[in-house]
Amino acid sequence: MDRLVFDVAHMLAGGLVLVSFVMLYQDRLTALLKVYALHALVLTASVAWQAFVQDAPHLYITAAIALAFKAVVIPVALLRIIRRLGIHREIETVVGIGPTMLAGMALVALSMVVMLRVTPDADPLAREDLAFALAVVLLGMLTMVTRRNAVGQVVGFMALENGLVLAATGAKGMPLVVEISVAFSILIAFIVIGIFLFRIRERFDTVDVQALDRFRGDRR
Amino acid sequence: MIPWDLDALAAVLLIPLAAAAALALLPGYRATSRLNVLASLLTFAAALALLVGERPAPGGYLMIDDLNIVFVTLGTFIGFTTSVFSASYIAHEIEAGRLTPAYLRFYHAMYQVMMFAMNLALVANNIGLMWVAVEIATLSTVLMVGIYRTHAALEAAWKYFILGSVGIALALFGTILVYMAAIPVIGEGPDAMVWTVLIEHAAGFDPALINVAFVFLLLGYGTKVGLVPLHAWLPDAHAEGPTPISAVLSGLLLNVALYALLRFKLLMAANPGALATGPLMMAMGLASLLFAAVMLYRRRDIKRMFAFSSIEHMGIIVFAFGIGGPLANFAGLLHMVMHSLTKSAIFFAVGHITQVKGTQRMADIGGLTESHPWLGWSLVVGVVAIAGLPPTGVFMSEFLLVSSTFAREPLLAILLVLGLLLAFGALLLRVGGLAFGEIKGPVTPVKASYLPMLAHLGLVLVAGVYLPAPVVAWFRHIAALLG
Repeated sequence: MDRLVFDVAHMLAGGLVLVSFVMLYQDRLTALLKVYALHALVLTASVAWQAFVQDAPHLYITAAIALAFKAVVIPVALLRIIRRLGIHREIETVVGIGPTMLAGMALVALSMVVMLRVTPDADPLAREDLAFALAVVLLGMLTMVTRRNAVGQVVGFMALENGLVLAATGAKGMPLVVEISVAFSILIAFIVIGIFLFRIRERFDTVDVQALDRFRGDRR
Repeated sequence: MIPWDLDALAAVLLIPLAAAAALALLPGYRATSRLNVLASLLTFAAALALLVGERPAPGGYLMIDDLNIVFVTLGTFIGFTTSVFSASYIAHEIEAGRLTPAYLRFYHAMYQVMMFAMNLALVANNIGLMWVAVEIATLSTVLMVGIYRTHAALEAAWKYFILGSVGIALALFGTILVYMAAIPVIGEGPDAMVWTVLIEHAAGFDPALINVAFVFLLLGYGTKVGLVPLHAWLPDAHAEGPTPISAVLSGLLLNVALYALLRFKLLMAANPGALATGPLMMAMGLASLLFAAVMLYRRRDIKRMFAFSSIEHMGIIVFAFGIGGPLANFAGLLHMVMHSLTKSAIFFAVGHITQVKGTQRMADIGGLTESHPWLGWSLVVGVVAIAGLPPTGVFMSEFLLVSSTFAREPLLAILLVLGLLLAFGALLLRVGGLAFGEIKGPVTPVKASYLPMLAHLGLVLVAGVYLPAPVVAWFRHIAALLG
């Protein structure tokens, strides 16, 4: 049973790292958002497994929030926003896919080396979880810096946040913070959407057909 | 959650919270800006009561001790004076049509939310709670920075939000690592996140784990302190938001992040096997000082220039705490107080100046001492103080720091003095053009409240000449505490 517990947790955390990699090479925003939804789904499974293993029912709340908000509400909302902005086809990656993937591998190796070395005494489950969590955090950052588009950056940030949730749930019996940090990720998402609403309005001001017509009329 | 016997402590948190709710609901700007001032005054009074009254025993979530009471008193005082300045600043913005009443309501509510979050971060006895509070403070200031909704303001808010969030995310990872380090010694559960318990058992933590944790915490909270190379958000956020926010960002928020760093530094110092945090902090502080001092020469925007000056001074303070020892810690603490007072006074003056002149470009502002003697001379006094000329408090703290650095690290002292002189030159160069010479721009008289500005500058001048013995004893005690 212990072996199984460890293997499943290991697989789910590793799966999260894998999906982070998949995110790295998406060159369209819609695809990126769909991969993010998958990312959140894997996180949900991982948190739920931790809740079961640690016998910590409050973690099921975290899992439910991850499922509802991160895997459904936010991707759907962002998809609608980018459709309305008309930017769902384009993506500007700053660096090519090859170098990005290599950098990602280096980051994963780095997090393994750092975390496994400094936690020899910790519970093996928490130890692996922390190493994977750091990898997800770093890959999220890499996703952020390789994208010039604001939506891409937000998705990278949310992936980074997923890594933090993985770390927080892996640390056994961590009080208070799990719920609050999840509440915060929701708040952050709301603000992101709020800022986007501003941006939409701002863009419509300039892309507004009537405004263009008036402008043309002025010049004639 | 909050026990009611901690009266003043609860008041410091509940007054801003209640005021935020009230301000979000009430219409009209005259009454609400007065309510904002009143709430800030009451919060300051509660902080004073905490300062002189008996300290409650540390609880599971909140505590008050010798270190954080300095920050709370300073923070609530500047919060109060800034709210007075804000009232006259906002009246002008409403008349000029730059802010609508709906946004103003939002602005006042956010101001109080920010005060609440800062006080919570300072009095938190739980590293998780402290993290949450710093996060709320960040979010509320992000919203205020973007309040003008111009392209530049949104851009600045966006940059601040992204960089601040990444910083805060790293800090959370560091916090989780500290908890992991505490588990084997303290055991699972809420106790492993309580400051007072952590400090007590810090000697037993695994040094390797808390070393890694400190690196994350330094990067995370260091972003919020504005340390180079994590400072990119700071000038934009200062320049594009309303000026009262620039004043509280420089005067308060940077200090709160610094406080978090100091706490973790104490934790590291309590563990004999952990790496020395001093050199890391010294390196980042010195880098910030030198970088900002050079960048000061290339500024065109008046608020941006003083934002870079804030980076410079935070660098000095972090350097001082990095070098450690009673004298340098004393200098760092004094410098922090003096910088907060002076810099917010400068932003009060700058706020009215940019309103009169209708621009933030320094090339379009000139001859202020002739056209607006009060504003002009206050700016001159403020800049003289912030540049570290005697007889101001900033001079005293810088002098103490330089002399203690010369005694211990002569080579670093040379770099420190170089940075100070560079910044000094840049600031005096600019203030000459701003305050003297021919009058540029509109000369309409300004309806300003000079009281906050004069109070801050007065305190800084008095501190340069005479520091009361109880204050010296108090700061000395804290400096010894910081090790």
